[in-house]
Amino acid sequence: MTNIPFLEVDLLTKRYPSPDGGDPLTVFENINFDIYKGEFVCIIGHSGCGKSTIMNVLAGLDTPTSGGVTMDGKELSGPSLDRGVVFQNYSLLPWLSALKNVIFGVKARHPDWSKEKVREHSYHYLELVGLVNGAENRKPSQLSGGMRQRVSIARAFAIQPKLLLLDEPFGALDALTRGTIQDELIRIWSGSDQTVFMITHDVDEAILLADRVLLMTNGPYATVAESVAIDIPRPRSRADIIHHDGYYKIRNHLVEFLAKRSKDLAGISKISGGQNDDPQQPKIVRPALDGVSSSEIDSATSPNLLKVKG
Amino acid sequence: MFTSLNLRALLLSFVILTLVLGAWELATPAVKAAGELTEYEKLIGAADQEARVPPPSAVLVRAWEELSDPFYDNGPNDKGIGIQIGYSIFRVLTGYLMAALLAIPVGFLIGMSPLAYKAFDPFIQVLRPISPLAWMPLALFIIKDSQASAIFVIFICSIWPMLINTAFGVAGVRKDWVNVARTHELGSLRTALIVILPAAAPTILTGMRISIGIAWLVIVAAEMLVGGTGVGYYVWNEWNNLDLTSVIFSILVIGVVGMLLDAVFAFAQRSIQYQE
Ligand SMILES: Nc1ncnc2c1ncn2[C@@H]1O[C@H](COP(=O)(O)OP(=O)(O)OP(=O)(O)O)[C@@H](O)[C@H]1O
Ligand SMILES: [Mg+2]
Repeated sequence: MTNIPFLEVDLLTKRYPSPDGGDPLTVFENINFDIYKGEFVCIIGHSGCGKSTIMNVLAGLDTPTSGGVTMDGKELSGPSLDRGVVFQNYSLLPWLSALKNVIFGVKARHPDWSKEKVREHSYHYLELVGLVNGAENRKPSQLSGGMRQRVSIARAFAIQPKLLLLDEPFGALDALTRGTIQDELIRIWSGSDQTVFMITHDVDEAILLADRVLLMTNGPYATVAESVAIDIPRPRSRADIIHHDGYYKIRNHLVEFLAKRSKDLAGISKISGGQNDDPQQPKIVRPALDGVSSSEIDSATSPNLLKVKG
Repeated sequence: MFTSLNLRALLLSFVILTLVLGAWELATPAVKAAGELTEYEKLIGAADQEARVPPPSAVLVRAWEELSDPFYDNGPNDKGIGIQIGYSIFRVLTGYLMAALLAIPVGFLIGMSPLAYKAFDPFIQVLRPISPLAWMPLALFIIKDSQASAIFVIFICSIWPMLINTAFGVAGVRKDWVNVARTHELGSLRTALIVILPAAAPTILTGMRISIGIAWLVIVAAEMLVGGTGVGYYVWNEWNNLDLTSVIFSILVIGVVGMLLDAVFAFAQRSIQYQE
């Protein structure tokens, strides 16, 4: 298959000027990573390390201080319908019903479609997330938190963007609801060739959903330290995945990183300093294959080959 | 047994009304027939029954007379209450609509641009507290027409609440919703119409509701000044005729019309309100 990344993030740096004129706050520095077509990539890191900022840069809503992002060979500038976004909260328009919220997106995407076609297409995606039989006519305030995120996901999938960006879409949900929607998300994703980039705080969620998990060190001067391949075959289900041999190896690796190494490695990009202009990819780690590092594995085993659709 | 709060409130309102009207009726001495008046009473003018505060029963009788023929027109000084109210509403709506056509778009632009917000703020702060009637002499001098001047006064007093609320509502639209518009590649006009307008609509409508209330307050005073027609002129004219019964009746009419205008806006407000 292809070895040309679909999305390339190069030397991304974000600094905020300090309010009192002192040293600027460097949220993250020299972040590099690639995403391949059809991949599901999660990013994990402690609160405040800059995950949402990276995502806003990818969405075109924020600009980096330096560095850039290319998608399909073109430099990103500004927001675009090619990149669909699901925010943690408030991404639905509260004065529109669930269906109208999806229609809002589809209409923006296909201004030339007839009213009927827009409606049908939107309804179909609400059906995919199980939000029909009356619920489609309710306003977001009359839906539960889980149903609201379902509508957001339906809207994002309905516009069929090249890249789907999810910022902790399940952060505000209880564990049970979260589980069901995770299942729905994989089901919809498996039936598409959608590339997904998702922020999460939840290690189990990342293992269940992702092909790869990017690990961020703590801020300031945060960076992406590792790219952990999730070598568990698909289709995965929440119940079975825990019986897979690699599951705990991966889980332990991620938890250990978050608990300890994210702190130890914090500011590492500051030490290596600005001289590191070479867009070096984060180290690829495969805990399920006993932690062999990527160089020992044939590069043909790019992560998306592991994806078994269904 | 009264289980419904509304029903009990209605009953209590009725009791209060009866008590107040009863006390008022009793406090007003019955008008004696002219033959029973003493010489002294005639001297101090007690015979002039129109000059005393009339009892509610008299007001009711007058209301019945006026409302059974509201649109008669016997020349400049004697028109039916319906015609006078009509003039007042016409002036209020004309001035008000002109104000809305200016204030809402301008408020929108001010709200969208932090620079404009800051630049316009001092002007708004100085102009807003000016009593609308203070503009009257200037308006009469420049426009040279009393009818148009009254409309101008309504225009100027309606502008501020609508302008301020529109700017405030637009500036306060949740950034996430604007981002939703941006990620869907909506242009600025469509973002304004499909996202910002509905998001700010409840705040804008609150401003419109405040404005119509103020406009109705001001029209009565304005018409007292410019004269000619309208419910304000009617009150002043009846006062000059020493017809206090008509004065009280028209005060009540002013209240009821004001309430109805407000109810229209309250209804509109409810229909565009959304819950986050
Ligand atoms: N406008 C701003 N001015 C200054 N600093 C900012 C601004 N916006 C964000 N930051 C800082 O940037 C850092 C990264 O913020 P960001 O929202 O990306 O974190 P995050 O990783 O998404 O955190 P969380 O997991 O809590 O959502 C934070 O430390 C925050 O203080
Ligand atoms: Mg965040």
